[in-house]
Amino acid sequence: MTAVASDVVADPVTAVTGARLRARFAECRAAGRAALVVYVTAGDPRGALDETVAIVRAAAGAGADVIELGVPFSDPSADGAAIQAAMERALAGGAGLHHALDAVAAVRAAGCEVPVVLFGYYNPPFVMGVDAFAARAAAVGVDAVLTVDLPVDELDELRLPLAARGVGVIPLLAPTSTPDRIARVRALDPAFVYYISLTGVTGAALDGARLSAARVTEIRAATGAPVAVGFGIKTAADARAVGALADGVVVGSAIVARIGAAPPGGAAAAVADLVGELRAALG
Amino acid sequence: MILATSHDPGPRGRFGPFGGQYVAETLMPALAELEAAWRAARVDDGFGDQVATLLRDYVGRPSLCTQAARLGAEVGARVFLKREDLNHTGAHKINNCVGQALLARRMGKRRIIAETGAGQHGVATATVAALLGFPCVVYMGAEDVVRQSLNVFRMKLLGATVIPVESGTRTLKDAMNEALRDWVTNVDDTFYIIGSVAGPHPYPWMVRELQSVIGVEARAQIAAATGGLPDAVVACVGGGSNAAGIFAGFVDEPAVRLIGVEAAGDGVDTGRHAATLGSGRVGVLHGSKSYVLTHTEPARVGQIAEAHSVSAGLDYPGVGPEHAAWKESGRVTYQSRTDDEALAALGQLARTEGILCALETAHAIAALPSIAAEVGRDGVILVCLSGRGDKDMITVAKRLGVTL
Repeated sequence: MTAVASDVVADPVTAVTGARLRARFAECRAAGRAALVVYVTAGDPRGALDETVAIVRAAAGAGADVIELGVPFSDPSADGAAIQAAMERALAGGAGLHHALDAVAAVRAAGCEVPVVLFGYYNPPFVMGVDAFAARAAAVGVDAVLTVDLPVDELDELRLPLAARGVGVIPLLAPTSTPDRIARVRALDPAFVYYISLTGVTGAALDGARLSAARVTEIRAATGAPVAVGFGIKTAADARAVGALADGVVVGSAIVARIGAAPPGGAAAAVADLVGELRAALG
Repeated sequence: MILATSHDPGPRGRFGPFGGQYVAETLMPALAELEAAWRAARVDDGFGDQVATLLRDYVGRPSLCTQAARLGAEVGARVFLKREDLNHTGAHKINNCVGQALLARRMGKRRIIAETGAGQHGVATATVAALLGFPCVVYMGAEDVVRQSLNVFRMKLLGATVIPVESGTRTLKDAMNEALRDWVTNVDDTFYIIGSVAGPHPYPWMVRELQSVIGVEARAQIAAATGGLPDAVVACVGGGSNAAGIFAGFVDEPAVRLIGVEAAGDGVDTGRHAATLGSGRVGVLHGSKSYVLTHTEPARVGQIAEAHSVSAGLDYPGVGPEHAAWKESGRVTYQSRTDDEALAALGQLARTEGILCALETAHAIAALPSIAAEVGRDGVILVCLSGRGDKDMITVAKRLGVTL
């Protein structure tokens, strides 16, 4: 039958993964501010590798502490309209998982050391083969992988091959996550956890009523990891408010909307403008 | 309630290596709540009585199981038809909707959502939602809204809100993505009625158990008619719920051949088909690990491929995980039939038996001659006649070049 699971490897939970990410969160903490995590979809808007690289470098240059590089997927069932549209633009341009990996390689070749988290869905790395994917991710300089449809219960099939090569995983936690589920994340020793600010898809309106400092504190204490908050953070004011509570602020749909609206060739500059505003808001 | 307890999935809903819960974290607590509610309900006599009562008094069960003598003479075997087309709303889909909607009420949910391809599951969901007084939203690919305009109108008359989905390929898989987005947003008060043996655990197991009434009834009916078991049981497979339901009555009888028939569209070698088990590979889609139609070439590795079938209900690039396990174990064999073969079979059944079946069902009818050749003229073949064909008349007329 077709391979379903990777070769079993020893559980490497003691191995440190995502060292570059850990260092960046520590630097931000020392500077007394939240880390700015910027999401862009690889291959958006036209599937051109040099443009993806230019956008990532522009974001890093304008003050992004971490790049979440979205892997285009045909069925992004956890994403709202803005990121769906970005993925459709990228797919129409021929981009996919290999484009994302090639882009990271090119970013590193250009001397840019911004920590990169690959953000996507499980089927592309699964069909590529988790071992082949993990080897390539490590080789090109990916720091961690966030897979929307791999909850902690199913995560080991990707986490273990990645960890064996020093690449981390970033777990998602949600408003609905129960204390026992939050506690299970501690054993993964992630470089950070991504807390979804709302029950909904990416790009929804920020629900301040449901995001409390107490919740962030609870998650930080239970997981032992820095907490980045995402979903619904669109403006400098949003970033400032969330940055006062959390260790990291993730901005995705608002960035992607700028890319979608940019004139041909103007995406990198448009991203840099918004990243600069967001970064200034975080101090 | 009628349950096939010998085939419960393993932890986190595994059928062998298939199944699981590949969903966003936000939904995991909801799935745990659903699983706990289902485990309690399925062994609760009061709940079982509610399901059985609605199946009898509203759906019209048991459905008939009758010999198709003239069709049997043409294909060369003794053919029996399990008449799910005679259910209220005209297909097997309502068996599942009755159970899930009653579970939603038991759980205190206030709103029902569903995805639909051909519209049969959407109509069944809208129907049961009307009966039990739930507001109902049905997601349907914009392409399917055009192809199945009659069912869209039926759903609206039944009080449901039908939302056309414009993303992706604008078909069933995209409708399921949009339903998942709704559920993740409204998870507190919303019950998502998945229409097939697909999706994350516990859906594949729960839907198969709710559809197993087909197989349990048919087994007793065939025994009464022939004094024994059938030699073969055949059903069409898209997501696979009518097949899983009828197979559930026979899966422990190794002498009974079980055959699933997928849609070969223009032909599996053309690339335009929906033969997920026959030509796909293992992947992860919509919450479970199973066979999927997916690209493997480097530039598009892991992107879900577009499915093609004249039948909107089979036009899906995934399949239920228990079918994947049955394929791997060899317990069920899977074949496929093309659009043209299905259209011919639809005509043959109409001409010989006076029954207009759904295009989905016609794929199973189209497999009868080859199965008859294996079981012989005295062999007994049981077919799941999963739905009636009224909804497909415009499509069939177009394919036959007839202007209505």
